[in-house]
Amino acid sequence: MAEEETKLLTGAQALVESLERVGVDVVFGIPGGAILPAYDPLYDSKIRHILVRHEQGAGHAAEGYAQVTGRVGVCIATSGPGATNLVTAIGDAYMDSVPMVAITGQVTSSSIGTDAFQEADIRGITFPITKHSFLITRTEEIPHAIAAAFHLANTGRPGPVLVDIAKDALTGTAPFVWPDELDLPGYRPVTRPHGKQIKEAVRLISEASRPVVYLGGGINRARAWGQLAEFVELTGIPVVTTLMARGAFPDSHPLNYGMPGMHGAVAAVGALQRSDLLITLGARFDDRVTGKLDSFAPEAKVIHADIDPAEISKNRVADVPIVGDLAEVLGDLNAALRGVGLADHSDWIRYLDGLRSRYVASEFAPTEGADDLLSPEYVIKRIGELAGPDAIYVAGVGQHQMWAAHLLPHERPGKWLNSGGAGTMGYCVPAAMGAKVGAPDQMVWGIDGDGCFQMTNQELVTCTLDAIPIKIAVINNRSLGMVRQWQTLFYGERYSNTNLKTHLVPDFPKLAEAMGAVGIRVERPEDIDAAIIRANEINDRPVVVEFVVHKDAMVWPMVPAGTSNDDIKIARDLAPEWSGETEL
Amino acid sequence: MRTHTLSVLVENKPGVLARIAGLFARRGYNIESLAVGPTENEEFSRITVQVAVSTELVLEQIVKQLNKLVEVLKIVELEDAASVSRELMLIKVKADPATRSQIIEIVQLFRGKTVDVHNDSMTIEATGSPDKLRALLEMLAPYGIRELVQSGLVALGRGGRSLSDRAKIDRIRLVGGPGN
Repeated sequence: MAEEETKLLTGAQALVESLERVGVDVVFGIPGGAILPAYDPLYDSKIRHILVRHEQGAGHAAEGYAQVTGRVGVCIATSGPGATNLVTAIGDAYMDSVPMVAITGQVTSSSIGTDAFQEADIRGITFPITKHSFLITRTEEIPHAIAAAFHLANTGRPGPVLVDIAKDALTGTAPFVWPDELDLPGYRPVTRPHGKQIKEAVRLISEASRPVVYLGGGINRARAWGQLAEFVELTGIPVVTTLMARGAFPDSHPLNYGMPGMHGAVAAVGALQRSDLLITLGARFDDRVTGKLDSFAPEAKVIHADIDPAEISKNRVADVPIVGDLAEVLGDLNAALRGVGLADHSDWIRYLDGLRSRYVASEFAPTEGADDLLSPEYVIKRIGELAGPDAIYVAGVGQHQMWAAHLLPHERPGKWLNSGGAGTMGYCVPAAMGAKVGAPDQMVWGIDGDGCFQMTNQELVTCTLDAIPIKIAVINNRSLGMVRQWQTLFYGERYSNTNLKTHLVPDFPKLAEAMGAVGIRVERPEDIDAAIIRANEINDRPVVVEFVVHKDAMVWPMVPAGTSNDDIKIARDLAPEWSGETEL
Repeated sequence: MRTHTLSVLVENKPGVLARIAGLFARRGYNIESLAVGPTENEEFSRITVQVAVSTELVLEQIVKQLNKLVEVLKIVELEDAASVSRELMLIKVKADPATRSQIIEIVQLFRGKTVDVHNDSMTIEATGSPDKLRALLEMLAPYGIRELVQSGLVALGRGGRSLSDRAKIDRIRLVGGPGN
């Protein structure tokens, strides 16, 4: 830093200066005792601090922000309970590889280990769910820790990084030295794929007669959508898009056979099960995709490309492992595939088209069931149709999430946010808030359930006060719907503790109004469109639209947990015909 | 189950051992022995860990997961034939004037040392391979073992090269500062 005059800064000032230097424009957080020194210089900073109502909300908001911007999301909390409230969101970001930096205050270094007031070993607590973490006890360590944290969070396989800073490190003073290199000798993510593996992959691709691209969320982290489209264009190979990859390749493309997995489309599940070559891109053979692992895609060879070498051959042994950034992997594959003759896929495509046409998600009537209440599937589909493919959709976790994954217009990348790996109920509202902050000019719809909504809805207060006009659809079936579905199918219809009684309390529109949002309740089919259109038009405050839906609607298809994908059911006790007119 | 010996070069920073132990615990890997200590370079520590695995794939996973830890610099598997490995054992054995010389004789056969003597006991220091120490223990058992403490296995590859040579330790260069 020869050319730069060395300033003497407090740790708190150094923290804010460092955040500014790495380009942070928004942080989500709540102050408290140990982090308090940092909030003083933050008061003068150009960084926008959004004061959330619960630290979990700060964490999910950081995730939402990160996923729509491709930048690192930042959340801040104080020590002890402030920090532990972040844990769920940090775990969520870890499971879905979301770049996030969590900054927590810690008790003064001399008090660490004494069970001091609001002390928690947040670094120890988060060891298993962070990509890396720092405990900073000396003022002069702060700039490097922040620089390193941002570098770690957003390179290689992205993930959450925790920076826990003792209060005396924030109050102390030291010369501010911005690192021009990072001291991370053990961190060398491989981004360039190996030429030999690319060649081997091209050989398998050219020989395969039933190849399928098994696309995971890694495609979004690599932002390699263009290279993927080119790959499909070049090869004409069918694609299935996992829950984390919905929208990364357009649903309207004839070669997209939809989402595979426990609640996957028959054509997508069939494409994997009958394949002779899985071209696995940024996916990790999660149990929700594979079903019973030893019967998953039994005839397929596997090309597995991932930035994280530990994912390769973790659950399914790869025939061709490719470690690298998907943008580079696909770039190299495309270059190598040009002019290479491929085997004929026409029978394969015909077979998959047959499956798709027979088992397409059916048309839904506006109401269903004996109680003639709204159909949740119809409602979610209509939101998608009326808000369009340019809106950002954020789901909670459960039945509504699965319907949203199937029925929304997944045409553009980076428009679909949900909690895939962790399955965090309560993700929707705060993540939608973060998404809207990251993309203020885009419409953001949250598709939430009545159970999920009651976990984190208080962030609507934040949305109202900070002018973050998100729209939340509460798909109210008065129960923990997915759990209820399992009780229906596997527990003899014994509905132990899944009845939320939300027909009694809370009154969702009133709750919304109390938080400064517009509250709308829809009970009749003729009001569905009008409510969605009205919500779409409101842009000065958040909107909550409660849809009172049929509670016995079930998510189909379904592969019961622990069984083979071949045992998928398209309705209760109803299996698909795998062969149909087009035999393989 | 087969036992493998991994030598892991790590940054000498607080919490590294907790990260590694936690990784083994949460992913269900079996640690048979663990030894940690300083190296020729004070910035680094070296962990020698013995793991029992059912397949090579599990070993591969362990190595890959360890490699993901930012503070891990280098991991090598030390094969028996290409490395030297030792454990240290301190054994407090019952010894009266009648048995003392017999015990000393046994200890000498195993190139051990007597490091403490009392009226009714002596303490033996022995180093060697796990097999050798087991044999020594069998010989001493009839006299009565009062107390025993043992280190984890430490091991070095044979030949002139060091693990830190192989780690090619370099710093990540930043182009124009760490961008967000």
